[in-house]
Amino acid sequence: MTKPAAPRSFQEIILRLMNYWASKGCAVLQPYDMEVGAGTFHPATTLRALGSRPWAAAYVQPSRRPTDGRYGENPNRLQHYYQYQVLIKPSPPNLQELYLGSLEAIGIDLDLHDIRFVEDDWESPTLGAWGLGWEVWCDGMEVSQFTYFQQVGGHDCKPVSGELTYGLERLAMYVLGIDHVMDMPFNAPDAPIPLSYGDIFRQTEEEYSRHNFDGATTDMLLRHFEDAEAECERLLAFEPADPNSGKRIVMAHPAYDQCIKASHLFNLLDARGVISVTERQAYIGRVRALAKKCADAFVQTEAGGWTAEVTA
Amino acid sequence: MADLLIELFSEEIPARMQKKAREDLKKLVTDGLVEAGLHYAHAEALSTPRRLCLAIEGLSLESPTLREERKGPATSAPEKAIEGFLRSTGLTLEQLEVRDDKKGQVYFAVVEKPGRAAPEIVAEVLEKTIRNFPWPKSMRWGAGSLRWVRPLHSILCILSSEAGAEVVPLDVDGIVSGNTTEGHRFMAPGRFAVSSFDDYAAKLKAAKVILDSAEREEMIWHEAKTLAFARGLELVEDAGLLAEVAGLVEWPVALMGDIADQFLALPPEVLQTSMKEHQKFFSVKNPKTGRIEGFVTVANRETADHGATILKGNLKVLSARLSDAKFFWEHDLRIVKTEGLEGMGAGLANVTFHNKLGSQAARIERIEALAREIAPLVGASPDLAAEAARVVKADLRSAMVGEFPELQGLMGSYYARAAGLPEAVAAACKGHYSPLGPSDEVPSEPVTVAVALADKIDTLTGFWAIDEKPTGSKDPFALRRAALGVIRLVLANGVRVNLLAVLEQSILRLLDEAFSARASGTSADWLETWSRFGAEDPNVPAKMLRNFKKFLLIEFAGERLKAEGKDEIAELVLGAKNWNPSAAYDEDDLISFFHDRLKVHLRDEGIRHDVIDAVLAMPGSDDLTLVVKRAEALSAFLKTEDGGNLIQGFKRANNILSQAEAKDGVEYSFGADAKFAESDEERALFAALDAAEAAIGPAMQAEEFGAAMGGMAALRAPIDAFFEAVQINSDNEIVRRNRLNLLSRIRQICLSVADLTRIEG
Repeated sequence: MTKPAAPRSFQEIILRLMNYWASKGCAVLQPYDMEVGAGTFHPATTLRALGSRPWAAAYVQPSRRPTDGRYGENPNRLQHYYQYQVLIKPSPPNLQELYLGSLEAIGIDLDLHDIRFVEDDWESPTLGAWGLGWEVWCDGMEVSQFTYFQQVGGHDCKPVSGELTYGLERLAMYVLGIDHVMDMPFNAPDAPIPLSYGDIFRQTEEEYSRHNFDGATTDMLLRHFEDAEAECERLLAFEPADPNSGKRIVMAHPAYDQCIKASHLFNLLDARGVISVTERQAYIGRVRALAKKCADAFVQTEAGGWTAEVTA
Repeated sequence: MADLLIELFSEEIPARMQKKAREDLKKLVTDGLVEAGLHYAHAEALSTPRRLCLAIEGLSLESPTLREERKGPATSAPEKAIEGFLRSTGLTLEQLEVRDDKKGQVYFAVVEKPGRAAPEIVAEVLEKTIRNFPWPKSMRWGAGSLRWVRPLHSILCILSSEAGAEVVPLDVDGIVSGNTTEGHRFMAPGRFAVSSFDDYAAKLKAAKVILDSAEREEMIWHEAKTLAFARGLELVEDAGLLAEVAGLVEWPVALMGDIADQFLALPPEVLQTSMKEHQKFFSVKNPKTGRIEGFVTVANRETADHGATILKGNLKVLSARLSDAKFFWEHDLRIVKTEGLEGMGAGLANVTFHNKLGSQAARIERIEALAREIAPLVGASPDLAAEAARVVKADLRSAMVGEFPELQGLMGSYYARAAGLPEAVAAACKGHYSPLGPSDEVPSEPVTVAVALADKIDTLTGFWAIDEKPTGSKDPFALRRAALGVIRLVLANGVRVNLLAVLEQSILRLLDEAFSARASGTSADWLETWSRFGAEDPNVPAKMLRNFKKFLLIEFAGERLKAEGKDEIAELVLGAKNWNPSAAYDEDDLISFFHDRLKVHLRDEGIRHDVIDAVLAMPGSDDLTLVVKRAEALSAFLKTEDGGNLIQGFKRANNILSQAEAKDGVEYSFGADAKFAESDEERALFAALDAAEAAIGPAMQAEEFGAAMGGMAALRAPIDAFFEAVQINSDNEIVRRNRLNLLSRIRQICLSVADLTRIEG
């Protein structure tokens, strides 16, 4: 078998990952249309890791970490970046081999590189989730996070999902041999209009860095946090029986949207430097409480494995 | 006899868990086999990142038949008793034997347990081992419920002898045992069968897997050293890193690279820590310059380009990491040069140390005050100790320590020198955390000792005051370590300090602080308030004041809770006001904690716990140096023949005296008069006691405990002779009382040296 040729652009790496995981049977989803801190927050991971139904999805998720803004100057740090996320439930026995196949697909020659699985247990205090796994090293660089989910939202994962998270910029910079993220070709370098990562994102990194550190109105953010928290709880307090449609409808996803909102608002408040060390824990605890309630609600839905017979 | 080979093949096992997993596998399986009646000649456990392996040589082929006899009731016993016996043995009446006994005929049950074949036992033991393996953290995977450290893929389990090898059949949740395994993930993929341990190890080696972690360590160390040596450099030893790296690879290949010139000015510890923590690189030192100039990374494979691609990738990652470190270093130096080290630490006011103990800045103020008090006791200048205390924590705000917390203290000393502070201050930055463990070196520089003691004492009194004491195995704030640190600092430097007074000051300061945070005023004001509350003595002891303050704090807390509408909790809190104000005080309790740690410490030094108890019962037991001097003298004394015998004599005297005192209801404590002595032995004892008293008193005063013990040793012969010749109980009541009072002098004199009643044996 011939080895795949080296990719030439950021988007080619993404497209190859898409094709690869599609060929392995994953549903290729699109990014979630909300501001999230990581691909894990996408309901296709957080909620779908719960319950007994099988699942296989892969998607790119734009992710925001307001405190990581560096005005586009740091070669490796961004407040907005892309994660590639794969979630398969139950985790297949050959998940490591499937993962290694994806590295080959994006042009990493496994005969020349040193790939290692180094212990790294994953925990998300805001999602009440944890799992065991590794960070995957390629020649000493962390290129992915590999996790077997054990708990999400305080619920045991049964069956267990296998989760793969690729930090796309870092991985692509390595594969393409780029030293500064802004110099990375986004589309093909010989395209009629070649665009670099910096052409697309330098300005937004500047704008959002200023926004995150100085611009955002903290009073409003605090208010919105409270609102999102209250709305999440209010949505979950509805009786499942919907009088309009006559159906049983638990509003797990809309409530979870509010949880995501609260989480992002907290991140912004953190970047604005208005959250003290002690308060931090309390805020994280409040978001976790929401995530747990959403998880409780999701397992009461059909997608979460609920069936009428079980409760009858 | 047969050989047993077990391999549990899984996804990558964390390196740090492999050593204990080997030990556990060996113990659980061999214990299980032995318990089931098998025996074996030798067992060895091995591991790689992907496999745990156990090889047992000379395993017996079956367990012996066991015959068990149990004696039952007499044949004439009531029916119920016989039924009970049948139930407990699982036999019928016909199966019992009747035998003649002294008291008549008795039922006997003879149960024979037939031996079992080794494979059956092995399968049972291995399954149980897998299901109950004590991983520090384990997980489920896929749709199953089996737990292992990472997904378990295959079980190899074979018994081999000259006749050949057989698979021990076993099925653990669908994982069926077999005789195959896999080689290196990348260099030799694919499964192959093995027929014995030797075959297994050899085929693995051919498949690019070194089974034995010790051999991998050896290979790594040798290759790395050779690489460094060839360049005239030397490898920096790191046994922990070596073990970890050996647990990350099946086929180690060492590669060496250079650190770029722009990073060579970084402190060597920074280079070493960054490379070790982030990338698990060994550091390579230039013996001529003393600088870290290169690194060795260990790959898990050979490649066609001899590792060139791998090394290039690693260099790239290293360069990014060291750029960060260089940025931190230069940034920190800039701050120190413009704002001084104290300026660097200014932000500590916003860092909470503990929510009940205030900020780091508040803590530093307390440490400064304590260090100033302690300084004269350890021969340090109070001003210098205070200056050091103000800056020793400043590096916690440095960018470097933010990234590498393990460099705390060390960076402080670099930055202190950069700021032009005195060397003693720079040394205290680094040394005041010491000693960390029981084998860590104890600082001796006076300023460092003063700050180190102040730091640890503040930690202890602080957590004591807020009732966060260690319980059982839980010690989240490492208070046992802090107490042992104080003990070792005091003993190693021969510091003479009445710890109780220092602790009292420290606790008072804490309460003052807690107090002024809630109300204005100092302890002096509160003393006045207290006296208005009805204390008659204006010099109210500090202890009482303190309890009063605690009481008032409770009041504050209760009111605040009420204001927040938390009435129920408020009631509970306010209820605590009824605490007995004369209950144990924090510092007394803390002193006992020190004594417990001291016992553990001295036991390791070979001093018996009863000897320490005997010494701790004496006044001045908060002066740890004094306690140890006494304990050492007493311990040495007890090891002499005189010592052992004197204890017997003392105990005899004490027993007779105690019994007489209990019976007569009086205390014989004085008035023994030589004129009532009837025999030479009795007179001799009087003389000896006079001499001992004259010798022991001044010796104790001068803390010459060896001499005091000598004084006591001189009593041994007269006491023995006295008991030999003299009957205490005389018909003459005057003589009897005189003798009891004489015994009392023995007790009194001996107890002035140590509480010998606590000596065992």
